[in-house]
Amino acid sequence: MQDSSSVGIVAPQTAHFSEPLALKSGAVLPAYDLVYETYGTLNVDKSNAVLVCHALSGNHHVAGKYHENDKNPGWWDNMIGPGKPLDTNKYFVIGLNNLGGCHGSTGPSSINPATGKPWGSAFPLVTVDDWVKTQARLADHLGIAAFAAIVGGSLGGMQALQWTLTFPDRVKNALVIAAAPSLTAQNIAFNEVARQAIITDPDFYDGDYYAQEVVPWRGLRIARMLGHITYLSDDAMGAKFGRKMRSGDIKYSFDVEFEMESYLRYQGDKFAESFDANTYLRMTRALDYFDPAGDYDGNLSAALAKAKADFLIVSFTSDWRFSPARSREIVKALLDNERNVTYAELTAAHGHDAFLMPDQHYHDIVRAYLENAE
Amino acid sequence: MIHVPPQAHDHFSQAAAERRDFAAIAQWIAPGAKVLDLGCGDGSLLGYLRDTRNVSGYGVEKDDVNVLACVKNGINVIQMNLEEGLAGFEAQSFDVVILSQTLQAMYNTERIVQEMLRVGKEAIVTFPNFGFWKHRLQLIGGNMPVSDNLPYQWYDTPNVHLCTISDFDNYCHQHHITVRERLVITEGKTIHLFPNILGSLAMYRCGLGG
Repeated sequence: MQDSSSVGIVAPQTAHFSEPLALKSGAVLPAYDLVYETYGTLNVDKSNAVLVCHALSGNHHVAGKYHENDKNPGWWDNMIGPGKPLDTNKYFVIGLNNLGGCHGSTGPSSINPATGKPWGSAFPLVTVDDWVKTQARLADHLGIAAFAAIVGGSLGGMQALQWTLTFPDRVKNALVIAAAPSLTAQNIAFNEVARQAIITDPDFYDGDYYAQEVVPWRGLRIARMLGHITYLSDDAMGAKFGRKMRSGDIKYSFDVEFEMESYLRYQGDKFAESFDANTYLRMTRALDYFDPAGDYDGNLSAALAKAKADFLIVSFTSDWRFSPARSREIVKALLDNERNVTYAELTAAHGHDAFLMPDQHYHDIVRAYLENAE
Repeated sequence: MIHVPPQAHDHFSQAAAERRDFAAIAQWIAPGAKVLDLGCGDGSLLGYLRDTRNVSGYGVEKDDVNVLACVKNGINVIQMNLEEGLAGFEAQSFDVVILSQTLQAMYNTERIVQEMLRVGKEAIVTFPNFGFWKHRLQLIGGNMPVSDNLPYQWYDTPNVHLCTISDFDNYCHQHHITVRERLVITEGKTIHLFPNILGSLAMYRCGLGG
């Protein structure tokens, strides 16, 4: 059936960049590929482009389907399409897989041309700043001088924020959703547990597991299970699973007995089959390192003084991983700089994952903001 | 003299009275001023001030429906609960902080005007005068007042801290808040005589010191 609010059948494209990229870590990538998708039509003066930045486990497949019977549309399909809040009748929307990813852009599982083998442990650590620079090169490739908006949730929101600092003249609006100006100690701690699960997996081989034809799936699975717990709220989990048992009776075993366990194992298994552990390590590190105030003695207002964009900041009440208080820090810094900023603190039960949910009021806010965006 | 937009003279409807209220606030605000509007509703006052006084600034609002209306109206709005104070705003970072017909619905009423004067150089506070003669008559008749400015029944009113003009004068005096200007209006007309009896809406321009 034809869904008129879907962008329809889409296909990824690949852009090759042969100009060396100096990374924040000091490493230099001689060349790299970025895989991306676009939806809608770029207008004549190329002023309607919107970049969607993905979070920890996301990729370039943001909206639409790959074939007619595709049951898994892009990860933000409820937000993007004709007549949807990010309306492809008005905007030309770009999603890409970030550098270091595992869905087609150059990353640890890609072949290193210098050795003819997968990069593995030799692939450098990448930061949010590095991603923004590569995204700008993709914009150059597409002839886009400035984005009408850059949109992202969670780690994607951090990229949207960084854009306004690295390229203040190239972004008119930043939609920073369920994000934070930096990770808290607790957040870094969760990331460290996830990394330790991967690194201590006997099949990790210091990151060079490709040659052994194994993957550290046990570690990656546990990392994802932990992540899932933190993306949901206690209330949401309680409402969805509570103490429901699979078979009604306690079996005095360590098998799956509670529905909660079943869900976590399923999510962990599914993720471990499709995601690269080296990419996961690097994504969590990019999160840890993000701290624009770091170069300004912790003064976020000073750090954001460079920004010229207008901002929509959105947080969700039950999000304890990127809490509303962290979004308010960004808002405060923007107020101090007299930026145009709107802040919506949305009542939501789903925790951090709320930014991906099709909540009517949330979508109304994004829609209204983008309808007025110039 | 207060500049009143021509359409406000047409009739004394609620809308016209509101515009009079807006016009009165506008004439207390310098062109280009930086304004913070607490409890900004759908942003119509800020929109009016933007159009007539070229102000910049933000609204503060806690209600989802109003926040969405502000976004639709292109008004910068910060969603937060005023009862928690204005800690997210730097001292003296606004020319004017406005609290328009919201004072009476607040719990932390005593603190808010001082918070306004911490954040802004000047505060504009407006509230329905509980001492208005129609309110007094209804009380004498044995009922809680219901009027254009107090349109609620006692059991569904959001108002928890109603006061009279005399009460607010005393409050300002006790809290070392200087009343720089006061305007009292009823159905769009300025009231000079017996404002605490004949006035329906009270408007104050306040500061600290002289």
